[in-house]
Amino acid sequence: MGIDSLIGGTIWDEYSQKVTDLMNNPQNMGEITEEQAKEMGAKLIVADFGAESCGDAVRLYWAVDPKTDKILESKFKSFGCGTAIASSDTMAELCKGKTVDEAVKITNIDVEHAMRDTPDTPAVPPQKMHCSVMAYDVIKKAAAQYKGVDMESFEEEVIVCECARVSLSTLREVIRLNDLTTVEQITDYTKAGAFCKSCIRPGGHEEKDIYLVDLLEEYEKEKLANKASLGNDTAPTGDFANMTIVQRIKAVDKVVDDNIRQMLIMDGGDMEILDIKENGENFDIYIRYLGACSGCASSATGTLFAIENILKEKLSDKIRVLPI
Amino acid sequence: MNVYLDNNATTIVDPQVFAAMEPYFVQKYGNPNSLHAFASDTHPGIKAAMEKIYAGIHAPKEDSVVITSCATESNNWVLKSIYFEYILTGKKNHIMVSEVEHPSVIATAKWIESMGCKVTYLPINHEGIVDVQAVRDTITDKTALVSVMWANNETGAIFPVEEIGDICEEHGVLFHTDAVQAIGKLPVDVQSFNVDYLTFSAHKFHGPKGVGALYMKKDKELMPLLHGGSQMGGYRSGTLNVAGIVGMGKAIETAVDALDFEMTEIRELRDDFEDELLKIEDTFVVTPRNKRTPNTILISFRGIEGESMLWDLNRAGIAASTGSACASEDLEANSVMEAIGAAEDLAHTAIRFSLSRYTTQEELDYTLKIVKTAVIRLRGISSSYAYAPEGHESGLGAHHKN
Repeated sequence: MGIDSLIGGTIWDEYSQKVTDLMNNPQNMGEITEEQAKEMGAKLIVADFGAESCGDAVRLYWAVDPKTDKILESKFKSFGCGTAIASSDTMAELCKGKTVDEAVKITNIDVEHAMRDTPDTPAVPPQKMHCSVMAYDVIKKAAAQYKGVDMESFEEEVIVCECARVSLSTLREVIRLNDLTTVEQITDYTKAGAFCKSCIRPGGHEEKDIYLVDLLEEYEKEKLANKASLGNDTAPTGDFANMTIVQRIKAVDKVVDDNIRQMLIMDGGDMEILDIKENGENFDIYIRYLGACSGCASSATGTLFAIENILKEKLSDKIRVLPI
Repeated sequence: MNVYLDNNATTIVDPQVFAAMEPYFVQKYGNPNSLHAFASDTHPGIKAAMEKIYAGIHAPKEDSVVITSCATESNNWVLKSIYFEYILTGKKNHIMVSEVEHPSVIATAKWIESMGCKVTYLPINHEGIVDVQAVRDTITDKTALVSVMWANNETGAIFPVEEIGDICEEHGVLFHTDAVQAIGKLPVDVQSFNVDYLTFSAHKFHGPKGVGALYMKKDKELMPLLHGGSQMGGYRSGTLNVAGIVGMGKAIETAVDALDFEMTEIRELRDDFEDELLKIEDTFVVTPRNKRTPNTILISFRGIEGESMLWDLNRAGIAASTGSACASEDLEANSVMEAIGAAEDLAHTAIRFSLSRYTTQEELDYTLKIVKTAVIRLRGISSSYAYAPEGHESGLGAHHKN
């Protein structure tokens, strides 16, 4: 928060002069017809991306020299706001003179940078970044059409945040290396989620296959599983409640191994864990005494209380130990 | 030429209103609750203004019209106090709001929902009007409140508040209406039908910003949202906004006086302007004119994204509005257009022109000229009207993200 976020409605004020100029007078707006392409000795590619129902749609026209794969002419038509039109225009401009393979490498970030007035000032406000993503997607569509391949084949990685182009593998790595637990932290480290915010959680402007909150949850679960398999000595109550049955048995086993079994063996006995059942809010752990313990008077009193207290202290105060 | 056609967002302050307020800044600046002449000097002005405000909605003396800081506060007050008094205590478990209420109602309802209350979002029909049958079907004896706006801000659609008020009365359910878009555009009389709470705001009828009001029927008074120095009979603490109250009084008096003019002259201006706009190819209006406030037009220009149209209008000095995608912070389609179930490709194309009693024929002629130019330019850019070679399968009809 802070003073800059306290007044709204400043979207247009944050457009660069270039964005404004391109919206007012787009340079590459127009069409290429079959006839025009033929005259150039070029192949006409017409690619569509987006939809009016989403608020953004673009049609890209390329005249491509079939011998050199070079894009001789590049034009666009766009349904969208000022940023969408300016981005489409810039994208069409950047394609000119490039080969199709080179053009595929143009990203939305290149488009946005090309619209900046000065290198360090963003051309559009964060919530408008997603408009430039469409410009990037339509290039891939056009290239796929030219090459007769699937559009997805150009994307080497799964991209979670399209505005900042942050991949799934990068996000997974950064979250683990830095032990990130909140969306804000992810945004600070990677810029993912800083722009149109669709990738943060379901319900945003666009539907995604995976969201930042899913990645955080995935990491949380992973940590829990690790703790359980390591038999964390200081596992708090909440963790035990969230464990799977296998994790719970492992966790109890570990505590028994580390703190209890030795004591029983010294007295010529032992114990085994039979089952763990949720009983209302309690966790009932069924055990069986072995060797000298079975039949020992203390096994139903002092020893039992000791076992129960240790498990309660280490794992969850809702644990009850029931010998069979 | 500068033309202001965004009067459903806010209005110019009537110069008479401004003049009435002026003495209360540097001359009569006393705190009305104090015990000295500076305070007493404010009392006649406040009293006269309150009487005008009561008269403006025909509220009987024994009912309460509490001055707040804005309509958002009034709406929050109703919903939250109902929550505290009826839902939290377990007396009732349900409230109903229309799905196209102002965000100050919708967002508050969502918060109440998050606290465990059942909330019904009443649908609107193809004309953009709340379906009375849906109220009848969903209301129960456990419903604490129904809140339905009098007129919609986007479309101007007038909602059947009288019928809904009757249904509420039959079931012993409290009824609130957000009348922000009704005052000065429609006759508003709280004694002519069953209504328990009514919200309005001065800046929508040529009064100052920062002054709202909540009408509460006798014996239906809400617990206060703001506790403190017991101003406004203890219902709404906070030092009185004296100049604001005086301004609201003058503004509502003038607005009610101008109501006939609004309902005849402005309606005619609006209708003629709309006729001309509809002569442009591929344009659509949803709510029928006779079911709308006299000043509002929500019109779709196929193939032109709303913000683009605003851009071109703004360059020519014209102020209009859109609730559609790019122009709003949340990037979503116009909620009313979506709720109506308008053709999908039109969801982002709606533009709202809202007139006031200050709007002139000359301004509308100029606006029409600019709109026509903008339509040609923007449809020239639009992919919706773009060339495609024979056999090209357009992907623009489908959603681009699964």
